[in-house]
Amino acid sequence: MAYPTDRKYTKQHEWIKVVGQQAIFGITDYAQQSLGDIVFVEVPKIGAELAAGKTFGTVESVKAVSDLYAPASGSVTEVNEELATSPEKVNQDPHGSWMVKVKLTNAGEISDLLSADAYEKFVAEEGGH
Amino acid sequence: MSSVESTTVSSPPAVRKTALNAVHREMGAKMVDFNGWDMPVEYPASIGCGIINEHMAVRTAAGIFDVSHMGDIRLAGPQALAAVQHISMNDAAKLAIGQAQYSALLYPQGTFVDDVIVHRLGEDEYLLVINAGTREKDFNWVRDNTRQFDCAVENLSDDFTQIAIQGPKAVDTLQKLTDSDLSKVKFYWVTRGSVCGLPNILIARTGYTAEDGFEIYIPSDESTSARVWREILEAGKEFGILPCGLGSRNTVRLEGKLPLYGHEISDTINVWEAGLDRFCKMEKPEFIGRAALENAKSHVKHTLVGLEMIERGIARDGYKMLDDTGREIGYVTSGSPAPFLKKNIALAYVPPEFAAVGTALKVEIRGQGAAAQVVPTPFYKRPKKGS
Repeated sequence: MAYPTDRKYTKQHEWIKVVGQQAIFGITDYAQQSLGDIVFVEVPKIGAELAAGKTFGTVESVKAVSDLYAPASGSVTEVNEELATSPEKVNQDPHGSWMVKVKLTNAGEISDLLSADAYEKFVAEEGGH
Repeated sequence: MSSVESTTVSSPPAVRKTALNAVHREMGAKMVDFNGWDMPVEYPASIGCGIINEHMAVRTAAGIFDVSHMGDIRLAGPQALAAVQHISMNDAAKLAIGQAQYSALLYPQGTFVDDVIVHRLGEDEYLLVINAGTREKDFNWVRDNTRQFDCAVENLSDDFTQIAIQGPKAVDTLQKLTDSDLSKVKFYWVTRGSVCGLPNILIARTGYTAEDGFEIYIPSDESTSARVWREILEAGKEFGILPCGLGSRNTVRLEGKLPLYGHEISDTINVWEAGLDRFCKMEKPEFIGRAALENAKSHVKHTLVGLEMIERGIARDGYKMLDDTGREIGYVTSGSPAPFLKKNIALAYVPPEFAAVGTALKVEIRGQGAAAQVVPTPFYKRPKKGS
């Protein structure tokens, strides 16, 4: 699959879309495919401080609990309430379903993340499922 | 006395495969190691599957499961009934030829070696179908505890590919493939008939889904197994049949409060705690575990309850149960979202004083107590025909 080029990716299968000092986090198509039917998404409250590379919530499929890792540091400004009642949207549209919006503290962190191309290669090596 | 000697079956090799393994992989199933078996956990979304769809297919249409990893032990001989009565807690004397019953093999302490379905196949012939993870342990147990009876004990586990067809449309699906009149086979009875052109196949109206359904035992060679699997899927297509993996197998049995060895039942849990009284016939004068169970009746330390999550959160296997002061009082044996009921449910062991329906408890999820309530079980019961 061709991953959208308007964002960057992490090796933990999150994506981050940056608009100025604001960023939006979500999980990738590879992630939702690996997880299977998503039944529960737990994200922090508005105001929570996130640190790049640290867990910021959980996403649960029928069978398993998976941690979400923050692609970048910042404070949560908005949370996607829809996912509380319709977590399956993440399966249906992983790149369109956002989880949190964050005011970044260090936009420079993004440069270390993977481009769509690099992420696609990474997934091809990792996957095979 | 039977002079059949069989060697002790030793521990299994690394990863085992059923005859249908290549078919599951070809269909794109996500595979998992289940007690040493490479098994499908769910089939892909691209063919309309996934745990939730598979679960719903079993409840509203039909699902087909490869359960060949389960074990089969045959007891045959003049004292086969006496042998079964000695090792099994239910009353096999009540079985007519062609009838089956749920039971368990117990240790002398009244705890579980395994749960089992006992089928009476002939005058002096019984088939025990047992769990995959306990194949060797069970066979050794059965063989070692029936030596005194004139009865041959055979391990037939590798001889069969066992396929379960479950759901309201299971009978319509299978009827297309057999000359047996399935309307004459009552629930928990068996028959023999041709299936997909194979003669004399054991067809049992049994299952692990709390739905109507059948389990068939066909020759375990790969090409026969693959052909039958595909023919069942083809026959069931018009009803909406889906291939189903262990993921949906678990969510379906959980809704029906069917125990899973290593979770609700184990070698440290007894029959009273597990709530399986109705399958334990204490009026039988003797069976392994009877004496201990007689003593244990008066001091049951914990009991199995059904829970429904009240607060947001999913209780999972091994999570702690807390009372409303946050004190740890027990643990979750099995927990998961219930796709048909659209709730998050669990089974848990708690002290008897917390077991009343309506009791408010908490489940510890990631360090926080989430509210849950004790509810009646089974969580799901299939609708009665004609009602």
